[in-house]
Amino acid sequence: MFVSMTINGSVVSADVEPRTLLVHFIREQAGLTGTQIGCDTSSCGACTVLWDGVTAKSCTALAVQADGTTITTIEGLAVDGALHPVQEGFWERHGLQCGYCTPGMIMSAVGLLDGNPDPDESEIRHAIDGNLCRCTGYHNIVRAVQYASARMRGVPPEAPDWER
Amino acid sequence: MYPRPFEYLAPGSIDEAVRELSNSDYGKVLAGGMSLIPMMKLRLLSPELVVDIGRIPGLDEIVEVAGATSIGALVRHAATADSPHLPAALRTAAAWTGDVQVRNRGTTCGAVAHADMAADQTAAVLALDGVMIVSGPRGTRSVAAADFFVDVLTSALEPQEVLTSIEIPSRGGASAYRKLGRRGGHSDYAIAGAAVWVDKADGHIVSARVALTGVGLRAELARAAAQALVGTDGSNAAIAAAARRVGDDVPMIEDLFGSVEYKAHLAEAMTRRAMQAAVAAA
Repeated sequence: MFVSMTINGSVVSADVEPRTLLVHFIREQAGLTGTQIGCDTSSCGACTVLWDGVTAKSCTALAVQADGTTITTIEGLAVDGALHPVQEGFWERHGLQCGYCTPGMIMSAVGLLDGNPDPDESEIRHAIDGNLCRCTGYHNIVRAVQYASARMRGVPPEAPDWER
Repeated sequence: MYPRPFEYLAPGSIDEAVRELSNSDYGKVLAGGMSLIPMMKLRLLSPELVVDIGRIPGLDEIVEVAGATSIGALVRHAATADSPHLPAALRTAAAWTGDVQVRNRGTTCGAVAHADMAADQTAAVLALDGVMIVSGPRGTRSVAAADFFVDVLTSALEPQEVLTSIEIPSRGGASAYRKLGRRGGHSDYAIAGAAVWVDKADGHIVSARVALTGVGLRAELARAAAQALVGTDGSNAAIAAAARRVGDDVPMIEDLFGSVEYKAHLAEAMTRRAMQAAVAAA
């Protein structure tokens, strides 16, 4: 089937089987391998992308369902080499160790902050309920999202607790 | 992990969807895909035809109809959770379904049609006496929620039929949903969940419905517990006594997530909490 969608501002079109998953379309047709395949059963969230502006698990969608829609992946966040505030937060607050969950985790955080610019810790933890991290224990991911929230609101981020 | 090959169609109307399903020996309806696609990837299901209703216009709305609020087949969990027009039990159950990403894609009608034994919204729809509006080759029919959940992952839907909307009667009163999820708190499927609807007049409970999920093979009405609450003043003592009856007529099973004793204990606790919340709001 002929499928065409806008990924990070560029139109990507290809003739694919109906069973082609959205994540495979993104990785293999668009060549954007930042979006990870983790559990492959919609549990881990490593494949999270923005689909028409809201977060979705791209391993649990058919590429044909996304025909004519708009996708943003982790590669679409930085502008002219300047990191998105959420990416910067993960850098500054050590929000990753192995990094496998990070693209999906960042996309979920972007989705959260889009609807709730100043979430409290509980809201952040609930917002990443669909993203599994097996390294960090989540504490620094929460701090990274808090950092990004402050930056995006134009407020100086609080110093991390290990520097206070 | 790919599904087996299948033919894909995206019809423009429900009539066309029903026609395509009727022409196939093994067709499945795709809405949000949050249950169907994982099952196809795990090859628990390998339909020959997938009928994607996701591009049919007009199905993504929550609208008032005669005496009820209608939830269209493409209304996502997130929209159900946020709708001020729907009762608290269903909104809460939708807010505690899956995770953020799943709630952005999955649909209330899809979760109900899928009929998972531990889904949240099945119990809410049952307690709220919802009516399933079903389109099939012989036209449209209505199925009461009490007749809809048949067995594990089995509803009253025929293979050629599409659940086009769920109507929640506008009966006043108040409702609540409480659960313990498999990953703790509200996270993941319910180990036990209870949805309660009550109506109060002159300081007494005049009508009640209680439904459980997670404890048995399907969402089930707990009629004895509901009946025990009717006629009382809704005090904590009356609620505790009524909640103790929740196991009287609901078969419970042991599974990976708990023994029958554990589930009976949780079912009583969740029923008590949901009753307290509903009575307080009534």
